Amino acid sequence: MGKTLFEKIWDAHVVGELEDGTVLLYIDRHLVHEVTSPQAFEGLRLAGRKVRRPDLTFATMDHNVPTDNRTRIEDPVSRAQVEALEENCRDFGVPLFGLGDPNQGIVHMIGPELGITLPGTTIVCGDSHTSTHGAFGALAFGIGTSEVEHVLATQTLRQKKPGTMLVEFTGRLQRGVTSKDMVLKLIRTIGTAGGTGHVFEYAGEAVRRLTMEERMTICNMSIEAGARAGLIAPDESTLAYITGALRPYAPRGKELEEALAWWKSLPSDKDAKFDRRITIDVSDLPPQVSWGTNPGMVVDVTGRVPSPGETPNNSPADVERALEYMGLKAGTPIRDIKLDTVFLGSCTNARIEDLRRAAAIMKGRKIARGLRMLVVPGSEQVRLQAEKEGLDRIFRDAGAEWRFAGCSMCLGMNPDQLAPGERCASTSNRNFEGRQGKGGRTHLVSPETAAAAALAGHFVDVREIMKGA
Amino acid sequence: MQAFTTHKGKIAVLDRANIDTDQIIPKQFLKSIKKTGFEEGLFFDWKKKPDGSLDPDFPLNRPAFRGASILVARNNFGCGSSREHAVWAVMQGGFRVVAAPGLEREGQKIPAFADIFAGNAVKNGLLTVELSADDADRIFRLAAAAPELEGEVNLPSQTFRVSAGGKEMVFHFQIDPGVKDYLLKGLDEIGLTLEKKEAIGGFEGRRAPWLTPSPSTR
Ligand code: SF4
Repeated sequence: MGKTLFEKIWDAHVVGELEDGTVLLYIDRHLVHEVTSPQAFEGLRLAGRKVRRPDLTFATMDHNVPTDNRTRIEDPVSRAQVEALEENCRDFGVPLFGLGDPNQGIVHMIGPELGITLPGTTIVCGDSHTSTHGAFGALAFGIGTSEVEHVLATQTLRQKKPGTMLVEFTGRLQRGVTSKDMVLKLIRTIGTAGGTGHVFEYAGEAVRRLTMEERMTICNMSIEAGARAGLIAPDESTLAYITGALRPYAPRGKELEEALAWWKSLPSDKDAKFDRRITIDVSDLPPQVSWGTNPGMVVDVTGRVPSPGETPNNSPADVERALEYMGLKAGTPIRDIKLDTVFLGSCTNARIEDLRRAAAIMKGRKIARGLRMLVVPGSEQVRLQAEKEGLDRIFRDAGAEWRFAGCSMCLGMNPDQLAPGERCASTSNRNFEGRQGKGGRTHLVSPETAAAAALAGHFVDVREIMKGA
Repeated sequence: MQAFTTHKGKIAVLDRANIDTDQIIPKQFLKSIKKTGFEEGLFFDWKKKPDGSLDPDFPLNRPAFRGASILVARNNFGCGSSREHAVWAVMQGGFRVVAAPGLEREGQKIPAFADIFAGNAVKNGLLTVELSADDADRIFRLAAAAPELEGEVNLPSQTFRVSAGGKEMVFHFQIDPGVKDYLLKGLDEIGLTLEKKEAIGGFEGRRAPWLTPSPSTR
């Protein structure tokens, strides 16, 4: 019987079976950031252990860093965490892309940019959105700090084999509808626990047509559906991304040819069996907007805020709680929701194409009066590229703030936060209570919808704006 | 890690589903570089009012739940981020056991605990008990009727005993045999894996050269 993409990668990385029924899985790439690693390095020190493969380990700082300057971290606790990473990388010989480095950025942005992320590899990081790297056909998943320590010490993980689920998107997206809308629709359909215990493989015409950056957006949010990871088989687009620009850590020459032979064998065999499957047709999919406090609480931009009992994946009590927190009344048209803030950023949607598409909508226009908009490139590479193309000017002229790279307002661990009650359209991935700042109200959307909403001051159907353009 | 065999203690109930890690430990507490001191942050945004005082409406602030060491909640507990700080906070907040129900909805299984949280729990010796939906309902009903619940969890026999006001219920739970063994022995996972050094080295010898990056710019 044939194998799935997931099974091919898994089987190629099994070091051995263990007594407890798990397997020891070899890890090709270990990404490290400042929040989930200090206790792991401390554990190594206490036990007198070393990092087994510093050459397969890469570190950056992203969660805590201020985005308005590169030299000063006001909060002493944040600063201590960033300094701890610097010291740990020095002591253990781990390469670090630190503040001020042109390759610094959100950990899930810089892996692909630098050619660290490659098809057919296993990639882990102490961060749930490690699923992003699955866009390249890599088995990539988030781990806890104990596991970070385990990988540092052994370059392996003890893992139980997850199930597989084929997520097929058929049809063609309408103009103005994006891969963000596809994945929000998926989570809305199967719920935030719908993928638990499984690895997704995304397939179908709508996925094949996506650029690599658009694919990363979908894979990024796999964890929001509870999945362990999300994979897309490598194809011509994947190869073009890896070889089409300077990616210092990617193989070249003869090594690239060897790698290519393996990458070409990766797509799931025709007779491969998945444990579960779901098909979603995206031909008529409108832009999606989250209304509640988990990423499955989502409706069409043309729709209304639901009432308790209307959403099968959330109990009436949960819906009531969410409505109260969000300060929304059931039945309100989504378009009538007024916004205080728009955040264009995060590892979900702060790549160069995201910024280009938002800028195209905002060019020559102004954001609504009284609204605040933050545009935060996901990496320094993206910032420099955007500035080369003059996108920063477009955003600034429209009245938005232009920042340095970091996680920023995706989670308020740094100075970029929402105030209590503040309502925000955000291109990030989580709308949990308080995620962007205590009492803050988050609506998850695509960059296009965020840009259109910034101009109008409330949600609009971006398809209508794009028709006129 | 702490080994787990049996545990006896007071039960606190929190009747909410999808309790995410941002609620269990909000991000401002993730800046620590230590493994201790997280009890303060446990459910911080729920337990405190904006002015910093305790919110009497938050269930875990009830005097009857003070000192509880067994937490019963609803499905998909610990969803969201990979932060192990969530497990540290739950344990340092005094809990040794979290119990929650798995659900079956339209033929789809909704788990009691999110994957990464459950994995992190094992590594620290926090026992996660998956209940049936009916059993969980029974516990919540009992909690609504009686102010104080006592619990006793026995890992070797996989039983969870709940008693209140002279009434007693016993639930059996399933657990992965590997996880059970690991918890019972309180093993050092890294130490165990390091015993496989040779197998790992052998595997590394067989890896394709392109898998080890040699950066062109450094
Ligand atoms: S941008 Fe947000 S989701 Fe991505 S790594 Fe940073 S905090 Fe996590």
